[in-house]
Amino acid sequence: MQLRPILSSLRHHKLTALLLMLQVALTCAIVCNVVFMIANRVGQVTLPSGLAESELSMVQVIGIDKNENAQARHAADLAALRAIPGVTAAVAVDSLPLSRSDSSYGTCDSLETFIRAMAARSMEDNSGCVQPSVYSGTPGELAALGLKLVGGRDFLADEYAQAAPGWTVANVPSAIISRALAERLYHGRDALGRSLYMGGRPPMRVVGVVDTLLRPRLRTPDVNQYSVLVPSVPGDNEVTYVLRSTPKDRERVLAAAANALTGLDPDRLIPPDRMRTYAEMREQYFRHDTTMISLLLASALGLLFVTALGITGLANFWVQQRRRSIGIRRAIGASRGDILRYFQAENFLIVGGGIVLGMLLAFALNLILMQHYELPRLPLYYLPIGALLLWALGQLAVLGPALRAAAVPPVVATRSV
Amino acid sequence: MFGYYLDIALRSLRRNPVLTALMVLAIGLGIGASMTMITVLHVMTDDPMPRRSGQLFYPHLNPLPLDYRQSGDGPDPSDNLTWPDAVALLKAHRAERQAAMAGAELLLRPGRPGTRPFNIHGRYATADFFAMFGVQFAQGQGWTAADDDARAHVVVLGNTLSRKLFGGADGIGQSVRLGEHDFRVVGVVGDWQPQPVFYTDAAANRFGEADQFFLPLSTAVDLKLDVNGNFSSWGEDQADTRMVSASTTWLQFWVQLRDPAQVAAYHQFMVDYSAQQNALGRFQRPPTDAKLYGLMAWLGHQDLVPNDVRLQLWLALGFLLVCMTNIVALLLAKFLRRSGEISVRRALGARRRDIFLQLGIESAVIGLAGGVLGLLIAQLGLWSVRHRPDDYAQLAQMDVSMLLGTFVLAIAASVLAGLLPAWRACRVAPALQLKTL
Repeated sequence: MQLRPILSSLRHHKLTALLLMLQVALTCAIVCNVVFMIANRVGQVTLPSGLAESELSMVQVIGIDKNENAQARHAADLAALRAIPGVTAAVAVDSLPLSRSDSSYGTCDSLETFIRAMAARSMEDNSGCVQPSVYSGTPGELAALGLKLVGGRDFLADEYAQAAPGWTVANVPSAIISRALAERLYHGRDALGRSLYMGGRPPMRVVGVVDTLLRPRLRTPDVNQYSVLVPSVPGDNEVTYVLRSTPKDRERVLAAAANALTGLDPDRLIPPDRMRTYAEMREQYFRHDTTMISLLLASALGLLFVTALGITGLANFWVQQRRRSIGIRRAIGASRGDILRYFQAENFLIVGGGIVLGMLLAFALNLILMQHYELPRLPLYYLPIGALLLWALGQLAVLGPALRAAAVPPVVATRSV
Repeated sequence: MFGYYLDIALRSLRRNPVLTALMVLAIGLGIGASMTMITVLHVMTDDPMPRRSGQLFYPHLNPLPLDYRQSGDGPDPSDNLTWPDAVALLKAHRAERQAAMAGAELLLRPGRPGTRPFNIHGRYATADFFAMFGVQFAQGQGWTAADDDARAHVVVLGNTLSRKLFGGADGIGQSVRLGEHDFRVVGVVGDWQPQPVFYTDAAANRFGEADQFFLPLSTAVDLKLDVNGNFSSWGEDQADTRMVSASTTWLQFWVQLRDPAQVAAYHQFMVDYSAQQNALGRFQRPPTDAKLYGLMAWLGHQDLVPNDVRLQLWLALGFLLVCMTNIVALLLAKFLRRSGEISVRRALGARRRDIFLQLGIESAVIGLAGGVLGLLIAQLGLWSVRHRPDDYAQLAQMDVSMLLGTFVLAIAASVLAGLLPAWRACRVAPALQLKTL
C-alpha cells in the first residue's frame, strides 16, 4: 500500500480533511470523558452496602406525643412486628446505609490526637482522626441487617444503653467498626480491643469489625465506608423499623407492618414515602445518577453516530467526485481490493490524525472536569481503547462508500463526464 | 433572485435526500439537546420577583471566629444571621422595610374526627415580610409589628392549606392547632409563588411548592418551635438556648432599599455595626467583611444550579459543536463537488457574492429545517425533564423568549456552519474549473 498518492490527494482537500479530523478529535475527547464518567457513576450506583439488601424493608414512624416513653413504645412495636408471619427479624434503628440521615462524629484513635484535633478545630486533616457515620439500633441489629463480621463478636446484652433525650447516641462501652475504618484508624494492626475516642465521650472498645458498612450519605470514595455501629438503643420518637423477610414477602410484610403499627397507636405519623423496601430506597438514592448515566450513554452514542455519519457522508462525496480517476486506476490494472484499501487507508489516516489531537483534548477536558466536577484523573488505558473504538467506527463507516468505489467499472475511464 | 436561489437550494438538497435528512437530523439533535438544557438553566436562574428584585437586598455579616474551620461539604454558617444580630438590624430600622425569617415544619392536627395529623412546611417571619415581598392575600391580611412585639398567636395560611382545612369557607378568625399551640388565622395568601423560592436558606427546596403557613418569628422563638433549616453553632450552646444564642446562625434577613444612596447608606451601616461588634469582642473578622447582596447576586452566591445540570448543559453544547463541525465538513465537500457548476456560473458573470448568497441560502434551509426539528426535540427533552424526580422539574417549560432563542440559535448555527464552505466555494476560479469539464 502506498501512502504517497493518498497524502497528495488529501492535500487537495486540506480543509475538508482537517474538519473531519477536528470532528473525530472532539468526539474522541468527549466520548473518552463521558465513558469515564459513566464508569464512575456505575461504580457509585453499584456500591455494596454490606446489608442483605434484597431481604430488607423499612417503616419509618414518627411519634407525636413528645412525653411518650420511646423505648417502651419501640419494644411493643417490635414485638408486634416480629409476630407478622414471614418476618424473620425486626429491629429499630436510627439510620441505614443510603438512608440520607447521617450522624457523624469526630473520632480518633487516642485521647491525645482527639485533643489535638479539637484544638485545631478539624477532624479531617489529622492523621489519627476521621469523621465516621454512627449507627445505633436495638439488640440483634447486626444479624437482622445481615452484616458480615470479619473479626470479634456482636454486642453483648449488657452493653446496650439508651440515649438521653436530645442525644442520638448514648455513652456506651463498645463499638463495632467497618474494615475500612479499622484500616484507616489503626493502620492495619488488629483493631480488636483498641480504644475509640468519639465526640468527647468516654473511650469505647472496638469489639468487632464488619466487612462492609456504607454511610447513610455518600461523600468521597475514600471515606464512604467509614462507619461505626454502637450498642445504643434509639431514644427518639422518630425511628425506623427494619424487617427481614424473603424477597417475595416484602410487600406483604410492609402492608401488615403498617396495619400492626397503626393498630397499636393510631395517633402517629407513618409517612407513605418512608415505607419501602431497601431496594426502593437504593433506587431513590441513586435516581439522579441513573438519569445521568442514561443521559451520558445517549450522548456518547449520539456523538459516535454523528461522527460515523460525517465519515460516511464525506466518503460518499469523494467517491462520487473521483469516479473517473477510480475508473482510470482500474483500467490500468488496479484490483477492486486496491481501490477498497485506498479508501480504507485514507480513512485510517484521517481518523488517526483526529485521535492524536483527540487524546490531547481528552486530557485537557479531563483537567477541566477535575477542577469543576470532582472527577478523578482519566486513567491512561482509556486512550488506546478510545482510539481503537474510533478506528473501528471509521472503518465501518467508510466500508459502504469504499465498496461502492471498488465496484466502479474500469470502463468509466473511457467515458467523458 | 432570492426565490431562484431558494429553488436551486431545494433542488440541490433533493438530489441527496438521505444526506440532507441526516444533516438536518444532526443539527436538530444538537440544537434540541442544547435548547433543552439552556431552558432548564434559564428557568432555574430566572428572576423570582421581576418588579421588585432591584430593591431587595440580603445583608451578610460574618460573626464566625477567625479560627473557624468550614467542613468540606457543609453550608456556610455565615450565610444566615444569629438572633441577636437579626434583632439589632430589625430594631435599627435603617431600610424601607426589613424582615427576618426562618423555615418551619410543624405538625398540624386538623381536629376533625377521622382526620390524621400531618406535617406541613411554613415560615416564621416578621411583619414586613408580606409588604416587602408583595404577598397577595385572598382573605384578610398579614399581622402587624405590634403582633410581633406581643408575640401574638396568629397565623397566615397558604391557599392550598386553607382549602384543605376550611374548604371554600372563610378561614379568618378560625383557630388552627400547630404543634402544641392554637393560632388564630388572620390572613390567607392568594396566588403568590416566587420561583425559585429565593428567601429560604440553602438547605431548603428552592423550587416547587411555597410555604403553607406563616407565623410571627417572635412567637416561634418564645414557644421554641422547631426550625427547619441550617442551624449552625460554633460555641458551646445548650440545646434549649440555641435559638437566641449569639453563636448560632439560623435566620435569613431581607431588606428593601429604594435607591443607590440608600444601598450605600445601608452598607455603611452594616460595616459600622460590624465594627461596633468587633469593639465589643463579639466579631473577630474585619468589619469590611460585611456585604450587601442584591437579590440576583445572592441567588448567584447560593448557586442554585446543581452540578449535574451544568454538566448536562456542557454535554449538550459539546454535542452541538460536534454536530456543527460535521455539517461544516459535509457542506464543504458538497459545495466543492459542485465546483464545475459554480465556475460555469462565475464564467457567465455571477459575482462572488452571488455564489456566496446562493450557497448561504442552501445552508440556511438546512438550518431552518434543523431548527424546526430541534424545537420538537427540545419539547421532547423538556417533557422528559419534567418527569425527573427533581424539585425544579415542573418549571421546565419553554416561554416565548426561549422559543425565539431556539430559532435564532438554529439559524445562527447553520449560517455559521455554511459561511466557511460558502466562502471557500465562491473563491473557485472560473477558468480553471472550466478546463476540466
